[in-house]
Amino acid sequence: MTARVVAFAVVIVALALFPSVAGNYPVKLLQEILIWGVFAMSLDLLMGFTGMVSFGHSAFFGLGGYVAALALLQSPGALAGLVLPAAAAALVALVVGFLSIRVSGVYFIMLTLAFSQMFFAVTFQVQRLGAEDGIVGVPRPRILGVDLAGATAFHLYLVALLALLAILLWRIVQSPFGHVLRGIHENEARMEAVGYPVRRYKLLAFVIAGSVAGIAGALYTQLNGYISPDAFFWTTSGEALLMVIIGGTGTLAGAVLGAAAFILLQSLVSTYTERWMLILGVTFIVFVLFAPGGIVGTMRGAARTARAWPRRAGAARRALRRQA
Amino acid sequence: MPVPILADVFAQTLNGLSYGVLLFLLSVGLTLIFGMLDVVNLAHGSFYMLGAYAGLALIAATGNFWLALIAAPIVVGGLGMLVERTCLRPLYRRPPLDQILLTFGFIYLFEDVVKWIWGGRIRSIPSPALFSGSVTLFGATIPSYRVFVIVFGLTVAAALWALIERTRLGSIIRAGVFDAEMTAGLGINVHRVFTGVFGFGAALAALSGVIAGPIQSAYPAMGTEILVRTLIVVVVGGLGSLKGSLAGSLIIGQAETFGKAWLPDTAMLIIYVVMALVVLLRPQGLFGRPLK
Repeated sequence: MTARVVAFAVVIVALALFPSVAGNYPVKLLQEILIWGVFAMSLDLLMGFTGMVSFGHSAFFGLGGYVAALALLQSPGALAGLVLPAAAAALVALVVGFLSIRVSGVYFIMLTLAFSQMFFAVTFQVQRLGAEDGIVGVPRPRILGVDLAGATAFHLYLVALLALLAILLWRIVQSPFGHVLRGIHENEARMEAVGYPVRRYKLLAFVIAGSVAGIAGALYTQLNGYISPDAFFWTTSGEALLMVIIGGTGTLAGAVLGAAAFILLQSLVSTYTERWMLILGVTFIVFVLFAPGGIVGTMRGAARTARAWPRRAGAARRALRRQA
Repeated sequence: MPVPILADVFAQTLNGLSYGVLLFLLSVGLTLIFGMLDVVNLAHGSFYMLGAYAGLALIAATGNFWLALIAAPIVVGGLGMLVERTCLRPLYRRPPLDQILLTFGFIYLFEDVVKWIWGGRIRSIPSPALFSGSVTLFGATIPSYRVFVIVFGLTVAAALWALIERTRLGSIIRAGVFDAEMTAGLGINVHRVFTGVFGFGAALAALSGVIAGPIQSAYPAMGTEILVRTLIVVVVGGLGSLKGSLAGSLIIGQAETFGKAWLPDTAMLIIYVVMALVVLLRPQGLFGRPLK
């Protein structure tokens, strides 16, 4: 446990210090990884721990982004930059979740997907929201007296939020509430029979995941200074799912690793070739076919094999000796 | 002297019908594949897009629309069978999510291959010479190609119905949709049927793509866009139901067409409102089996 805490602290400090050793472009990439990492972790709470595969998580990411954009243009503070986006996403997640949780499995996937597309359709058409161009020229907020327009301040702000949200989600999945969610993932009917109000638990998980995704969307707007309907498009949800799968579902850390792998691969591949999507698709297919546990699952498997190796080698030697 | 508003309603109804027919060809494959294989094939829209581009290439090579209409679905159907045989089959014992995610990977693969070969621009596909004009019906001027699409689509729907309800192969498919394991127990090679159904669904999607070409042109993102409509059709009609996919297609086709014509500001929302209403009142869809 303590080893884990130390490792976490070391990683966070390293992330915070990264700009002092790296140039502008790597820092921008890292900041994208942090934001997508938050988004992917929130999705992992749903799919990895509760077993609810949502193909509409982009709804909350986009919503957070749009609410932050509109509010920051009015008054650039913490309320506009973080609180309102999270609250709006939670509220919408309550409604969408209430409707979608009535069904499960593939119906749930299709419903969540359709709801996220509804937001895409609205933002794409409404002129006051900038229609297909989205909202541009959004300022970064001032939070606790610190102007986040400065590069260092903004970087530390992102790292701090990733750390806070990671701890929050970690606490949630370790709590009794989190164990009920895992129970629902393992066997929903049994949890129902034992007497847990399964739907209420699922809805609460959906709302928490939605509001964290809303924060990720708000940060995305602050990083780039704009938000467009593309944030809502269902392939955004698909990319987040991809990150969780690549990293390893049900591990939280895997979600961030997956986001890092996705974004680094994207930037690496696109410097050599235009065929980024092709390579992305093939990578994805290969992961699903051959490494369903993702990076974390594969590493754990490798570690287990490595630990077992001396024992197995010893057993083999003994067996050979007996035969001789 | 026909009343203008009625002529307009009539023209929009036919537009909606031709759009609904395209949606039907897509959703019927999606619903059959789901019913048999338990896979929501997210790459279904990609087969539609591939069909449009295969049609484009075949028309460019031969100058014959009708040849393209027959050959493109065969090519794409073969590709679908290959995908099922090589990539989907190893996943049947895994959680259903893995299969869905696999098909998501294919979306990127197919879309980028198309961009590679044909570029990212919109490519228009000419309608066949036979149907390049327009006809006047009840005071409304309608492109004759649309009339062809409606008649052709309804004919395919009737043929499908006959195939599934009236032939031995159809009864195997229905049995597989109902209970694949039991069907296998009766000595049917279900795996071969799975491959066939997946390929057949892909071919129908491609057929829809070829027909859609002269109406909406071909562009790489057309697959991901139509997929969302198709999923809504299936949610409204009921997953795994042929009747549902026909009813859902016609409803969504009309709702979107009339929305675009009469309420242009909120047109894109209407289909979602329809879907939300159905889900609230009848979560299993109009013709779906009741959910447990």
